Amino acid sequence: MSEPHSGPLLSLRDLTVEFATRDGTVPVLDRLSIDLDAGATLGLVGESGCGKSMTALAIMGLVPSPPGRFAGGSILFADEDLTRASDAHLRDIRGNSISMIFQEPMTSLNPVYTIGEQIAEVLRRHQDLGRRAAWERAVELLDSVSIPLPGRRAHDYPHQLSGGMRQRVMIAIALACRPRILIADEPTTALDVTVQAQIFDLLQALREETGTAIILITHDMGVVAEMTERVVVMYAGRMVEEGPVRDILSEPHHPYTRGLIASVPHLHAEVSDEPEDLLEIPGIVPSLAEFGQERCLFAPRCPRVSDRCRSEQPLLRGSGGWHKAACWHPEAGPA
Amino acid sequence: MSAVSASGRPVLKVRDLEVRFSVKREGLFAKPSQLYAVDGVSFEIAPGRTLGLVGESGSGKSTTALAAARLIPARRGHVEIDGVDVLSLEGEALRQQRRNVQFIFQDPYSSLNPRLRARDVVREPLDRLGIDSPAERASRVAELFRDVGLRPEQERLFPHQFSGGQRQRLGVARAIASRPKLVICDEPVSALDVAVQAQILNLLRRLQREHGLTYLFISHDLGVVQHMCNEVAVMYTGRIVEQASRVRLFTRPLHPYTRALLSSVPSADPTLDSRAGRILITGDPPSPIDPPQGCRFASRCPIAIERCRSETPPLVAHEPDHRVACHRAGEPIGADATRTH
Repeated sequence: MSEPHSGPLLSLRDLTVEFATRDGTVPVLDRLSIDLDAGATLGLVGESGCGKSMTALAIMGLVPSPPGRFAGGSILFADEDLTRASDAHLRDIRGNSISMIFQEPMTSLNPVYTIGEQIAEVLRRHQDLGRRAAWERAVELLDSVSIPLPGRRAHDYPHQLSGGMRQRVMIAIALACRPRILIADEPTTALDVTVQAQIFDLLQALREETGTAIILITHDMGVVAEMTERVVVMYAGRMVEEGPVRDILSEPHHPYTRGLIASVPHLHAEVSDEPEDLLEIPGIVPSLAEFGQERCLFAPRCPRVSDRCRSEQPLLRGSGGWHKAACWHPEAGPA
Repeated sequence: MSAVSASGRPVLKVRDLEVRFSVKREGLFAKPSQLYAVDGVSFEIAPGRTLGLVGESGSGKSTTALAAARLIPARRGHVEIDGVDVLSLEGEALRQQRRNVQFIFQDPYSSLNPRLRARDVVREPLDRLGIDSPAERASRVAELFRDVGLRPEQERLFPHQFSGGQRQRLGVARAIASRPKLVICDEPVSALDVAVQAQILNLLRRLQREHGLTYLFISHDLGVVQHMCNEVAVMYTGRIVEQASRVRLFTRPLHPYTRALLSSVPSADPTLDSRAGRILITGDPPSPIDPPQGCRFASRCPIAIERCRSETPPLVAHEPDHRVACHRAGEPIGADATRTH
């Protein structure tokens, strides 16, 4: 963990990303403010379409344009605003300082190059290593992500590897230049649970070793609990709750967060003969046309809704410490 | 076994089921190899109960279900559905048997015909199997829409006009339309958003209570299985390695693979450190093509002994409601022996 007094490594300030749609321009990220300290771990959770992955793409400077564009706010990385950086400069930052791994490792790897060549390419491009030095470093990196017989495996093509192995290769590529931030977008969703455990162990070990900060995007509260210190819950492009993982899991303030936790059948150590029905969050996420409206966008699905929620947008309010929620009627007490 | 005890004849009875696929090997004149997809699987499900089939991808869960429903050929074995020997059926008898087994699939986006209106999606199995008169079918469709929580005016919409959760409701209505004896749920919520999963899981449980449905429930999500199933069978590369009642399997697992699997699930309980006590297994499952002798988990097992590599452990009962296939069942697994890397 980093010193709380030093400034954050990465700071999103009122970041707004707009998409042009048939129904007009809508904010897919709506005045989002997130801080990430050096070496810290942050979880981004929410349903599909809530803006988790868009946040990652915005940080990476990869928002598809059109239809997307930065419409306000800033992304400060080492005191530089990435929303104003040139494409060439962003290319340098990507891979070197901020890297990303994706959900499906097969589609992120090039099928016609060996994995050794693909890792070496990153090193030659970003670190000016020669051919031989880059190859040797690639083999070292495969070894560091626990790929057995790395010298031989470096000559394999992606299709010759299992899903877990491919994701290890992606991690090796992402970490090749010792980035300050690693963004992992659902990195284990396509993997089996025993392999998922291996990948998480690996990420934790690499973080301890290299001090890379991790932003983990997931829909799984269990993964958040295991992998991250802080969590941001997103809904319809907005942050609805933020805080230390333990606080959020044990005492969620926002009814949406509470619903996300209670609607999923988590594995319990105590097993009853006849489990209770799960808590349902009724309805579905709002359509893009509703994004950005000056009200609580969760109101139609909320058990605690009042007239105020439908007419006035709740802002993030703290309840002591670092735990804050955007809700007019926050809940108190354990989940 | 508990599955048979109370309510008499099992709805599904599977004995020594085997499914193999021929796969091409490299080389022009090489003989095709055998992929052992399902290798001697036996289980039964009592009426109104849910058996969970868990295991990692490629373990043979779905293939077992497809072979039991006779959608793919079994190489060997015996399958009874409500007392009828399914594997020997032919012609019209086989066609009529289809009404007794229906599927709910993972992806409601690709498993529903996009050209049919919702009411016809639900009605199609009734038409195909000639169940009821046309007038009765229309009222049955209306009843099914109510049953799964869809509105009457949605009958005339097309699948793409529904949200993912509603589409899966449509898939459920279609599956139960012919009043099947057995409903096979193959990862029914895996493609759905987290908040929508609960709606479908609650629906499946309510329908089971109201109509006495029997489920074969396939999932890789152990939390979902724990919530939904009375009994659980754990598969590993084509074989059942452990089978027990929900309570026993989740509180006193005996097979090292089951124990590793359960300990790998990240816990959302903030008071628990789920990484403590984790049994981390390395590597991947062996290839089901010409699999190794002996126990197939031996290559990854932290407590395997020589015997495990040569002798296949049979699935034997340790307790009346608990079967396990392991020479080392219940042996302690030391933390030091497992945390390698």
